[in-house]
Amino acid sequence: MSQLRKQGLTRRALLSRAVAAGALAVAGPGFIAAPDAAWAVEVTAISEHEMATLLQMARDIYPHDRVGDRHYAVAVKSYDMDDQKQMVAEGIAALDAAAKEAGFDNYLAAGWEADRVAILRGIEDTPFFQTVRGGLVTGLYNQKEVWPIFGYEGESFSQGGYIARGFDDIDWL
Amino acid sequence: MAKAAKFELTDDSVVVIVGTGAGGGVLANELAQKGVKVVALEAGGRYMPEDYVNDEWDSFGQLAWVDPRTTSGDWRVAKDFSGLPAWIVKAVGGTSIHWAGASLRFQDHEWKALTNYGAVEGASLLDWPIDGAEMAPWYDKAEAKLGVTGVGGRARLPGNNNFKVFEKGALAVGYKEVHTGNMAINSADYDDRMACQQTGFCFQGCKWGAKWSSAYTDIPRGEATGNLEVRDHAHVARILHDDSGKVTGVEYFDKDGNLQMQKARIVAVAGNSFESPRLLLNSHSSMFPDGLANRSGQVGRNYMRHTTGSVYATFEQPVKMWRGTTMAGIIRDEARHDPSRGFVGGYELETLSLGLPFMAAFLDPGAWGREFTTALDSYENMAGMWIVGEDMPQADNRVTLSDTADKFGLKVANVNFSDHPNDIAMRDHAYARGQAIYKAVGATRTLPTPPYPSTHNLGTNRMSDRPEDGVVNKHGQSHDIANLFVSDGSQFTTGAAENPTLTIVALAIRQADHIAREMAAGNV
Repeated sequence: MSQLRKQGLTRRALLSRAVAAGALAVAGPGFIAAPDAAWAVEVTAISEHEMATLLQMARDIYPHDRVGDRHYAVAVKSYDMDDQKQMVAEGIAALDAAAKEAGFDNYLAAGWEADRVAILRGIEDTPFFQTVRGGLVTGLYNQKEVWPIFGYEGESFSQGGYIARGFDDIDWL
Repeated sequence: MAKAAKFELTDDSVVVIVGTGAGGGVLANELAQKGVKVVALEAGGRYMPEDYVNDEWDSFGQLAWVDPRTTSGDWRVAKDFSGLPAWIVKAVGGTSIHWAGASLRFQDHEWKALTNYGAVEGASLLDWPIDGAEMAPWYDKAEAKLGVTGVGGRARLPGNNNFKVFEKGALAVGYKEVHTGNMAINSADYDDRMACQQTGFCFQGCKWGAKWSSAYTDIPRGEATGNLEVRDHAHVARILHDDSGKVTGVEYFDKDGNLQMQKARIVAVAGNSFESPRLLLNSHSSMFPDGLANRSGQVGRNYMRHTTGSVYATFEQPVKMWRGTTMAGIIRDEARHDPSRGFVGGYELETLSLGLPFMAAFLDPGAWGREFTTALDSYENMAGMWIVGEDMPQADNRVTLSDTADKFGLKVANVNFSDHPNDIAMRDHAYARGQAIYKAVGATRTLPTPPYPSTHNLGTNRMSDRPEDGVVNKHGQSHDIANLFVSDGSQFTTGAAENPTLTIVALAIRQADHIAREMAAGNV
């Protein structure tokens, strides 16, 4: 979680400054945050709208309903860099344009996942989509913090392996 | 331990071995034990069990060969992992650090694929110039060296959760030969290596040393004789020869990037099936314009990677397949040759598991959305198996020199591969059988998973009776150049259905015997 600032903004301060950016996150000047202020990501190079859109896009590409937004935020945080700025700006602009064609104000304004996925299917061969998707494969699933959500236990050497800790404990067969 | 040897660059009495894995590492030790002086050159670094990392991506960064390669052909790997045709290791010990440990002898009929299967259209099948009877004593030695379970009085390993699901499903659909395999993983302490602790991460290097690897067995034992010097971070660029056409040494880039020249009496190439032909091709000269040992034009051809694929399945309740041995059991009933199934040759089914990070990368590369993610949501409830079957050698499935160069300016390997119709028929059959096995124990969903970047890389310097059919003779000795040998899986004439390491080791032990005898006789 080192890339995320558990910041001191109060819920009230957040909400008073924030502009709603879709159902998922709240965007304010220089940050996007959970609606309950449980976590926040600062943005410096790209816009709040772009970060909020990236976050929603990440969720729609690899949706796991038991994985919280903060993990997706960690996975896309690295796009908030000067050398990524142009790629992100052009990619999100194209995504929003595709959403407009589908009858929505922008990508985040499409309320149903199925509608957003249909928009993503239309751009899935673009380098922008493939870069974001490819980055998520490690950016999301290689976060040790998400492993327990999937039941994955990671290394066991430090505990002497599973020889005495259930390597053959299946009981339902 | 005796101090490891140091040989002069100008010492032309040494055998130079390029690569230190199951082939080169074993050959190095076997020769050293016989008193032959050996310089082993390894492109990678040296890591021991305490250095191995039980984290999939971190370990990949530590051990995998990620130097550039290019790909072509219709195999899916060329699209999804275009720069990574193989998942193999660049380190002292080579891919014997990464292998799962399955140690199966070829079946007798597989040594004579052309004779037993007949000609197959589009395939370049050939009989090996050796057979099961010839290899039996060498397999005995290899099994004793590796401590293979289920033979030689050594007990088999206990079955983990993944195996129990697999075994019950296999028996339910009528399979008979189902067990925890013949594994080079100790079921009890053996040969100064401890017993398996069911830790998982077999692919990332065994931190207990329970699985055999040349990295911590043959290599240090060879060094202890005082006859073996291993130089790591030594990337061989070219094999040199004299006007008579005999090889005289190698040029390599040392750890500082400086070009060195090591003289040699004999050179043995064991860099796995991409690097070995690449080195021979990159060693072209005015005398050998198409590369060394390549008068036949066969160097690089007939690349085989086994017909693979995986079947994962989800269940109502947890399996926790990652616990314990990665390759924890086998079904051998489909390994037979039975053309009534619609293909020649056979396949093994072996349990397999991947951790969550690699499952995400390899389950269905490029896939996204809920069809993909709901499968991962059931990761804890997943069981998995791997298909490994005999694929057809094809002349145009081959390693050639790419236009891309590596950091030393050396042309890299391009790997061209397309499935033969026999490969596709076999894979489809295996997918169906694997899914039936898991459905028989209540799978809620089955996932026929495409092949990963290749781990079994075979056949690009194949062994043949006649010089025009291949690159090396029955001892792995080049048909063209008597003091040039090939010592890895690239000498495989055909692939058989079995995981190749045991056969690579058996061939290396046998080759050491031949080389020492020929040296003593003054023939090389």
